[in-house]
Amino acid sequence: MLSEMLSEMLATPPNKGTGRRKVRGMVKICLTVNGASVNDDVPDNMLLVDFIRERLKLTGTHVGCDTSQCGACVIHLDGESVKSCSMLAAMADGKSVTTIEGIADGETLHPMQEAFHQNHGLQCGFCTSGMVMSAIELVTNNPNASEQEIRDGLEGNICRCTGYHNIVKSVQAAAQVMSGR
Amino acid sequence: MYQTRYLRAADVADAAAKLDDDAKLLAGGMTLLPTMKQRLASPEVLVDLADCGLSGIEDTGDAIKIGAMTRHVDVERSEIVQRAIPGLAALASHIGDRQVRNRGTIGGSLANNDPSACYPAAALALSATIHTNARDIEAEDYFLGMFETALEEDEIILAVSFPKPEAAAYAKFPNPASRYAIAGVFVARTTGDGVHVAVTGAGDDGVFRHAAMEAALNISFTPAALDDVEISSDEMISDIHADANYRAGLVREMAKRAVTACQA
Repeated sequence: MLSEMLSEMLATPPNKGTGRRKVRGMVKICLTVNGASVNDDVPDNMLLVDFIRERLKLTGTHVGCDTSQCGACVIHLDGESVKSCSMLAAMADGKSVTTIEGIADGETLHPMQEAFHQNHGLQCGFCTSGMVMSAIELVTNNPNASEQEIRDGLEGNICRCTGYHNIVKSVQAAAQVMSGR
Repeated sequence: MYQTRYLRAADVADAAAKLDDDAKLLAGGMTLLPTMKQRLASPEVLVDLADCGLSGIEDTGDAIKIGAMTRHVDVERSEIVQRAIPGLAALASHIGDRQVRNRGTIGGSLANNDPSACYPAAALALSATIHTNARDIEAEDYFLGMFETALEEDEIILAVSFPKPEAAAYAKFPNPASRYAIAGVFVARTTGDGVHVAVTGAGDDGVFRHAAMEAALNISFTPAALDDVEISSDEMISDIHADANYRAGLVREMAKRAVTACQA
């Protein structure tokens, strides 16, 4: 297809000294995503976020910046939050990925999702999936997190809409539920 | 990101064998991948060190030895580090953000030697030893300038040893978005060589030790002792975040905070 040819031409640096275009690299990966086993051949340079969004069609994870600072792409890798825009899909081989689509229990929202809903923790929603994933790890590791610890703990997630106030309230509310208080 | 070839090394020897002219080692990827996404780097081959067994922290008696692939979060949470060099665990706990700390490694940080990174200040102030697959390099010989180190092209960092100090602390004024140091100062009361003060984020040629602050603190280890020390803004970075004069002021303030933290 023309668009794919164009993408490949733009992606490969011209005249790298050898005069030959490199053969497109592909690598086999096998991982678990939201509990399901996934096998695929991916370009070596495919980002994990692009694999999640374009190959798996899980578009709840967002690309918000080009500088690895905004956190809209945060997912869980083996239970720990990471920026999926700053990993290659190939690096996730053999690992377990959880996205925003994987945290609800059937029709029942995860307590963190429910808390964001009840406490107006979002406006446009673009940062929200990353916020929720980061906050779940934060509360899991620190069930009695203070307000300051929550504010500091979410330093990897930038929100342009809310001023963070209701995000913090949402996380506090979720913490109560998640620790059974 | 340009095309590249991703290889995962089975062990250090395999990683060394896979390193050719246009290959780069991949550790946590927290610097290399964003750089490649900006097309500021385009290695033809990436050699991932994830399976090389280079993680781990041990107390060797006089020092704390940290494997090159040890993540910042693991240094932060290590009881060994918290007991022996709490200032180092605290430094690790403020690198980047939680997601960066879950991936980034000490070996990657030191191999890259970003002029605004935190670990170089700790390594220089604590007179660390960088253990590679070829030799041991002392910190004072290791940092050669902005993004420049003494590492040869095919050399791989295996671990870093930090001699235990009497007291040590780090204070950083971070960029609000990236969390890199606009100025960061690591103060160490070393065992046997007096006070070391290493500055990162501010110098236009990377991390450096500040002789005048060290001299003042060797006389009187108090924040007030730094009031009258001359901190020149020559050879300091001016950029959109802060100019050289402001950075010189930040260096003094961070040094005082680090001294206070040492006393705590």
